[in-house]
Amino acid sequence: MNIAKIIAGVSRRDPRAIGRAISLVENHEPEAPVILASLEPGKIAGCLVVGITGLPGAGKSTLTAQLIKEYRKQGVRIGIVAVDPSSPLSGGALLGDRVRMMGHALDQDVVIRSMATRGRLGGVCGSAGAAVRIMAQSGCQVVLIETVGVGQSEMDIVRMADLTAMVLAPGLGDDIQAMKAGLLEVADILVINKADLRGADALVLDMKSVAHQRQERQGRAVMVCATIASQGEGVAALARTFKKIDGHLQDSGEKEQRRLQARRHEVIDWAVELIRPQIAEYVAQKADFSGDPMLLARHILAEMGVESTE
Amino acid sequence: MNKKYRVLIGKPGLDGHDRGAKVIAQALRDHGFEVIYTGIRRSPAEIAAAAVQEDVDAVGLSSLSGAHLRLFPAVVEELAKAGADDIPVVGGGVIPPDDIAILQAAGVRQIFTPGATLEEVVDAFRMACVERK
Repeated sequence: MNIAKIIAGVSRRDPRAIGRAISLVENHEPEAPVILASLEPGKIAGCLVVGITGLPGAGKSTLTAQLIKEYRKQGVRIGIVAVDPSSPLSGGALLGDRVRMMGHALDQDVVIRSMATRGRLGGVCGSAGAAVRIMAQSGCQVVLIETVGVGQSEMDIVRMADLTAMVLAPGLGDDIQAMKAGLLEVADILVINKADLRGADALVLDMKSVAHQRQERQGRAVMVCATIASQGEGVAALARTFKKIDGHLQDSGEKEQRRLQARRHEVIDWAVELIRPQIAEYVAQKADFSGDPMLLARHILAEMGVESTE
Repeated sequence: MNKKYRVLIGKPGLDGHDRGAKVIAQALRDHGFEVIYTGIRRSPAEIAAAAVQEDVDAVGLSSLSGAHLRLFPAVVEELAKAGADDIPVVGGGVIPPDDIAILQAAGVRQIFTPGATLEEVVDAFRMACVERK
């Protein structure tokens, strides 16, 4: 498939072209800049990007699969970027989120892409933003980004998505754990999944109090939703909540602000990513590694002609 | 391994014995592959559609039910229908020796039967991926 065919195919919603385009960008192939330059800004502007994050086992994939069902009922073409961790040892990855979404495999208006973090921390992979924009170019009106199962500090999703849902479930930690979890300070929606399990009511109350405190401190509504994803309960209401929050963010101008911030962050991330191989080359050539690593790093940057701060 | 290879491991048909598929998936992961696992009881069309969306470099199929003569070629056909006949298909499972040539004639690149080592299987996937690029 040549590059012109791929670019035309993405807009024509050809699954093969969409898949190829994302791979070329993810692998930093020479064709990547041409593909990225072909994406129309208007397409991503009209697309709602929702982050689904939360602890491992909280039910992110099951909830995502149910959200697909809900959006398809509404006739919405939807994209999913499902991120799983790369092994730090082999660099390989087992991408298993798709197992729960296979019910939609033959629906051409459900575009699913599994991606590995490839060494990146923060819960999302470096090419997720580009994958979202390619999906938007192919007509997706909503894109869900499902992060890796996160702990307490993986925040990348919050600055990448228009709004972020943090999925919690009873039995995964007490309220002190919740207080530590930084995501609770920034997520727009706190979803208590497995709401039929013992302890769910208490968790809902805890999270309502977290939401209330945040509302007082930050002056912004934080929603709490309860779901039983395995049975689809609460999912329609959750999709309505997404829409409502998106409306508020748009009206207040915050959506535009968030997008601008997200773009800035992504540019910085890419700049660092693109210069990394050159730095690695310098380090590989260095024989003498005595001295403080920070000072060595400054020295290398100086040799490369990059002025470091401080 | 500098280049990241993406492969799909699928189980077409109705057999639910996925230990073998999982062992292969794990071995590939441990050798640096990105492995998309699609779970048990999928149709050939579903597996092919997933392979296309995920833009994998190779597809691995596992069958322990005896239905391989029908299911493996069906995946090859579905891939071709989707304009993805360049994605190689490798198969494994309980497969009688006489069936191997039939499957290969139908477009399955290679077949592994009980006794094959993980190294052999991983190498076969690596070769399939390298040749496609």
